[in-house]
Amino acid sequence: MPEAIRFDSVCVDYGRTRALSDFTLTVDAGETVALLGPSGSGKSTALKALAGFEALAAGRVFLAGRDVTDLPPYERGLGVVVQQYALFPHMRVADNVAFGLRARHQPRAEVQRRVAEVLEMVGMSAYARRYPAELSGGQQQRVAIARALAIEPAVLLLDEPLSALDAKLRQDMIGELQALRLDLPGVAMLYVTHDQVEALSLAERIVVMHDGRVVDAGPSAALYRRPPSRFTASFLGDANLLPAVVVGPGAVRAGDLTVSCPTAGFADGDEVLLCLRPHELQVGTGWPGRLTAVQWRGASQRLSVSLDVGTDVRADVGVGQDLPDVGQPISIGPVDGAGVLVPTEAAAEAEAVPS
Amino acid sequence: MTAVMEEVRPVDVPVPSGRRSWRRLGDLGILGPLAFLGLFFVYPLVTTVQQSFEDRLGRPAGTIAWTRVLESAEFRNGLVTTVELAVGTTIGCLVFGTFIAIVLEFVPFPGSSVIARLTTVILAFPSFFIALSFAVLYGRVGVLSAIVRGMTGHSEVLGGFIYTRWAVLLAEITFYTPFVVRPVLAACQQVKIEQLQVAASLGARPGRVLWRVLLPELLPSIVAGGSLCLLLALNEFGIVLFIGAKGVLTLPVLIYTKGIVAFDYPSAAVLSCIQVVLSVVLYGLGRLLAARIGARRARLD
Repeated sequence: MPEAIRFDSVCVDYGRTRALSDFTLTVDAGETVALLGPSGSGKSTALKALAGFEALAAGRVFLAGRDVTDLPPYERGLGVVVQQYALFPHMRVADNVAFGLRARHQPRAEVQRRVAEVLEMVGMSAYARRYPAELSGGQQQRVAIARALAIEPAVLLLDEPLSALDAKLRQDMIGELQALRLDLPGVAMLYVTHDQVEALSLAERIVVMHDGRVVDAGPSAALYRRPPSRFTASFLGDANLLPAVVVGPGAVRAGDLTVSCPTAGFADGDEVLLCLRPHELQVGTGWPGRLTAVQWRGASQRLSVSLDVGTDVRADVGVGQDLPDVGQPISIGPVDGAGVLVPTEAAAEAEAVPS
Repeated sequence: MTAVMEEVRPVDVPVPSGRRSWRRLGDLGILGPLAFLGLFFVYPLVTTVQQSFEDRLGRPAGTIAWTRVLESAEFRNGLVTTVELAVGTTIGCLVFGTFIAIVLEFVPFPGSSVIARLTTVILAFPSFFIALSFAVLYGRVGVLSAIVRGMTGHSEVLGGFIYTRWAVLLAEITFYTPFVVRPVLAACQQVKIEQLQVAASLGARPGRVLWRVLLPELLPSIVAGGSLCLLLALNEFGIVLFIGAKGVLTLPVLIYTKGIVAFDYPSAAVLSCIQVVLSVVLYGLGRLLAARIGARRARLD
């Protein structure tokens, strides 16, 4: 697929603060890439830089190979969907959707045809005469998506589009966005979110961001299964990170426990972090510690355990699991085949510095 | 609705004596505002209406004063001038006020917040202060005239601008523009910047974004500011009197002239009655428009 979006060493400043630093990324046509990170990580700034809403302090942005850095937003031809929908409250749904087409002076018949088409696509045909205030949050977001798609953009930018919705609606909308993705095979999507579930569900590639910089980037599954850094491991999958030492091929020692896991890329004696997701821990033999809290989550229980080795971990266990009382001793260990190694920050920094 | 309310009201619950006495005090409390209203509004109004049907000596004279005033060219000119100036001022204030508010909010520049605060300060100025500063700026011996004289050597380049109807209009626009800036600026602060950004991303140029997205959002506050401007400009006295432009005689100045200079109280009373009716009608129309837009907005928000 040809290149649809390219950020080339983009920097954005807010006053004296650098909000986005040396951001480089390419997104192909038909690909969905998620920018994932906490608040203030620069992910929305990157999107705004591409849309032309923020001036660049350095770098260039390209759309389909064309340098659009100096073009105003109205000449970039992007579809943009934002968190708070940003529907025009004084216009009916159909007029909201038609706005971009009218701005481009499309013939009346074409406007009507296209509005009907995209409203049908998002299942909002019956609401064409309504005002935004007469719609639910989910319906408003569907209209916002229809409005962005009406102009048939080659690139769709979605800035936390589901974060204003409640949990149930968010789940439903993820399904709808997945279906929409199939309807738009040639459109490149850049999806900004702080929610790992949205990122993992919708994106083929994830770019993890922190403090205005890219921390890691890669295919979603690979990034989840083998996080390259401590930050990505904890942000994407809420991993527990236990200090460990490589003691041989396929074995590390964490506390008093030797754990089997792939050690490719590490040498004997290397200090590493053993990354274990909460669902990869089980109660039984393992590290001794003390149960500090239990959260019932319906289908599972989230245990908080303070290990004697000095690390606090979270574990998800079944509802029927027998547990000691809170405050009592407990032993917790990895399930078979669980665990990947992540370099310690010191090792990662040493690797990053050219010798 | 009344029947339902009566059904649910607990009729047999005794009201504590303390609360009863407070309620009685509350009933009596209405007398204060009523007395104030009667003394300072109703009584002068009734007296004015009464005087309009009397002669100069206070004797009943029927509609003589009304006929005399309504048939006079002076009144017709005054009415036209008043309405022209008020409408011109309102249009000017709406254009400049909306522009200033939008620039202050959406095109921030160093010192824009100071200017936004200064608009509030101007609201506290007496109107004649603006007229006075106009005289200092544009008068024959004013600052601007001196500069122009220094540059061109001619003393009459400004052409006695200060003594024209345009000077009055400009002074009124200068004074009343903040009355539009404040509400429109407050409305601008409520507009989500994302709406404007998304509109631009959809291909709308700044003019279309302004016309199709921003101004409709600001309309209720523009109407509110405009109605206030119209009402105040209609009754403006200080600026017109201080500038003393040739041939600019508005109804308030005419009332002053008739009442204070010529001691023609019946004519002054007639003009006052007309001025009150004009103000009330225009204010009512403004309120009606604002209410309609407000109701529509409430439905949309």
